[in-house]
Amino acid sequence: MPAPAVLQAERLAKTYATPALVDVSVELYAGEVHALVGENGAGKSTLARILAGLTTPDAGGMRLAGDPYAPSGKAEAARRGVAIVLQELNLIETLSVGEQVCFGAWPSRRGFVDRGALRERARAALGRVGLQEIDPERPVRSLGVGQRQMLAVAAALARPCRVLILDEPTAALGEHEAERLFAEMARLKAEGAAILYVSHRLEEVRRLADRVTVLRDGRLVATRERGGATSAELVQLMVGRDAGSRPPREARPAPSGEPVLRVRALRGKGLRDVSFELWAGEILGLAGLMGSGRTETVRAIFGADRVEGGEIELRGRRRPRLFRSPREAVAHGIALVTENRKDEGLLLPLSIRANLTLARLGELCRRGFVRRAAERAAARALASRLSVKCASLEQPVRQLSGGNQQKVVLGRWLDRDFDVLLCDEPTRGVDVAARAEIHEHLRELAGSGKAVLVVSSEIEELRALCDRIVVLSGGSVAATFTRDRFDQDAILVAALRDHAGGTGTA
Amino acid sequence: MSRAWREYLGLAVALGALVLAFGALTDHFLSRATFAVIASEVPAAILVAVGMTFVLILAGIDLSVGSVLGLAGAVLGASLGSRGLSLPAALLATLLAGLLCGAVNGALSVYVRVPSFIVTLGMMEIARGAAYTVSRSQTAYLGARVEWIAETTMLGLSPATLVALATAVLGQIVLSRTLFGRYVVAIGTNEEAVRLSGIDPRPIKWIVFAASGLLAGLAAVVHTARLASADPNAGSGLELQAIAAVVIGGTSLMGGRGSVVRSLFGVVIIAVLGTGLAQMGAAEPVKRLITGCVIVAAVVIDRYRNRREGQ
Repeated sequence: MPAPAVLQAERLAKTYATPALVDVSVELYAGEVHALVGENGAGKSTLARILAGLTTPDAGGMRLAGDPYAPSGKAEAARRGVAIVLQELNLIETLSVGEQVCFGAWPSRRGFVDRGALRERARAALGRVGLQEIDPERPVRSLGVGQRQMLAVAAALARPCRVLILDEPTAALGEHEAERLFAEMARLKAEGAAILYVSHRLEEVRRLADRVTVLRDGRLVATRERGGATSAELVQLMVGRDAGSRPPREARPAPSGEPVLRVRALRGKGLRDVSFELWAGEILGLAGLMGSGRTETVRAIFGADRVEGGEIELRGRRRPRLFRSPREAVAHGIALVTENRKDEGLLLPLSIRANLTLARLGELCRRGFVRRAAERAAARALASRLSVKCASLEQPVRQLSGGNQQKVVLGRWLDRDFDVLLCDEPTRGVDVAARAEIHEHLRELAGSGKAVLVVSSEIEELRALCDRIVVLSGGSVAATFTRDRFDQDAILVAALRDHAGGTGTA
Repeated sequence: MSRAWREYLGLAVALGALVLAFGALTDHFLSRATFAVIASEVPAAILVAVGMTFVLILAGIDLSVGSVLGLAGAVLGASLGSRGLSLPAALLATLLAGLLCGAVNGALSVYVRVPSFIVTLGMMEIARGAAYTVSRSQTAYLGARVEWIAETTMLGLSPATLVALATAVLGQIVLSRTLFGRYVVAIGTNEEAVRLSGIDPRPIKWIVFAASGLLAGLAAVVHTARLASADPNAGSGLELQAIAAVVIGGTSLMGGRGSVVRSLFGVVIIAVLGTGLAQMGAAEPVKRLITGCVIVAAVVIDRYRNRREGQ
């Protein structure tokens, strides 16, 4: 790269309770996609946040186009052309889509917001990321996860930017939306922007990145040019050891006998007609684009949301109605690992212990009093079974990395007696090593006779993990694949069945 | 554990400093009489603060406690007065009045999902109106039939003080050691996560609101006993004092964190502040001004602490 770097960071360091970033220097060039990879807790987000002005480094300095650059906050960074899309989207749910897109720079006339100009500007920005059908007047609240992600990208691009930082942008996206994002990245790159792309998905990184920087334990381990490292080498650099290639799951004989769970004709918001069966000992994948009804299906089975109709059969017994509450579902042997661990799964400020024992605290009591020794023992056993990496079980779960947090959410159910485990995106935003561990636990559960249902946006993940895959499209089942028929293209075609036209509800 | 004790120590130091400061600033503050006044004032506030602590940990609020105390007191006055009930029956009626108000608060905010701020604001008005109706806007003199409850016996403790302290201890044990208390903290932290773990949060929340009403009823007994008469105006402004005491004790207004013992310190700090300022000759408006500043300062400190922990 002959031209000088657009953004140059030198010997950045940041320490929270433990060092998060140690002596990291990176350079971003105009017209390049620079990928940043590493396990959760490796310092990727800290580095991204420093570059975008959200965190002040303890040491080190930065230059932007040759000038000293020490932004006091996100606003100053944005003014100077450095935009970031965070993993936790900081969207304001009560704003309209248009207000959110232009947030911080609303067009105004004599102190009043110029609504016409706002709508125009928003429409242009939305069009660039493929959200042209979305009315800028709609509230942000009404958008689905994938649409919100793209909205955040649109908001970051509403002003001219020299450097765009994307932190795990595809974690919430289906394959279709991800393609849209990649096209937008290519366009920006051609216009001469520098893009820092933080991701766990090595296939994406290999496909998109001109250079890859690997962080481990807050230190820069290596920076490689495109093609300079295979996925296996990158994984090894990230984890510091050979993670090993996972053997594919052995083909199981076709399921026979009575299914544990039979779902029939679910309908309601986002669901038109969903029916499928789940057998003991199998891992069933639920694939589909954003808005295809995957999460709605899982939540309806679990009694988390009311739906209009449908029925389920458990262990061959017809039930007069669907479960009315999660409590009832749990009492009948169903467990759920939620899609969004921070909002729906964890008690973030509370201890790892309290989070692990939440679902069975009642059993750890005598006459209403929590038996603290029994509780500690139960938590300790779960943490070691899942190899949760932590300093102490009394540590707030907030301090854990994404992968370890996800293990805690899963661990909550392991001691309970359940037949059916529903997992909604069990490895979203989780690093490679923890993902492999979570997959291993799910396989083990299936091996011990539980029925496991896994929802994932990554077809690749489902192919590696599942015995069968049910593909949803537009709120109904588009196809079912057995292991010997797994084919990425066929699955994608099925998922797209009802998406030729407008988008579904999310 | 060590952290809880550190927080208790911090509050004890603040309280000690306050007492010493008033001792230095006035001639008579450090006297038996002052402490007798404070000791007779705090039991009602403690009882209400125990309930409020649970409500705030749930991330709710109960603005009706002062009026509910007024209504329950009026019920006590009417039961013993015009109705001529026996003392046990009258006490039962008083507690039931409080419990009923709290149960209605809870049912509306939990099952009908009206924000507790609104429900209890309405109940604040309803209960006060009911108090005037029940008492025909008259203060009923009850005299010796209830006075004994607030009179000090041995060790300088009255039955009222003993009941208040026992309630606080019980509250702390329930909060920190029982399944119920653990669920309350969990619900205040993330209700949806609790629900999706197969626990129905609604009955737990409902019980907390009902208990807050019941404790306001109990506080009415204590308060009426101290004045030997039932005044339908009793308890006005008490909700703010109770919230202030709980917040000074470090319970978060955002829910999920709090302690009954620390609320106890908060109640005493507010009582000392009020009595001390009165002895310094501060007029009522000045007292309210200063107490208000202390409350805001406590919330600011809480925010600062939350932010540091959030890092």
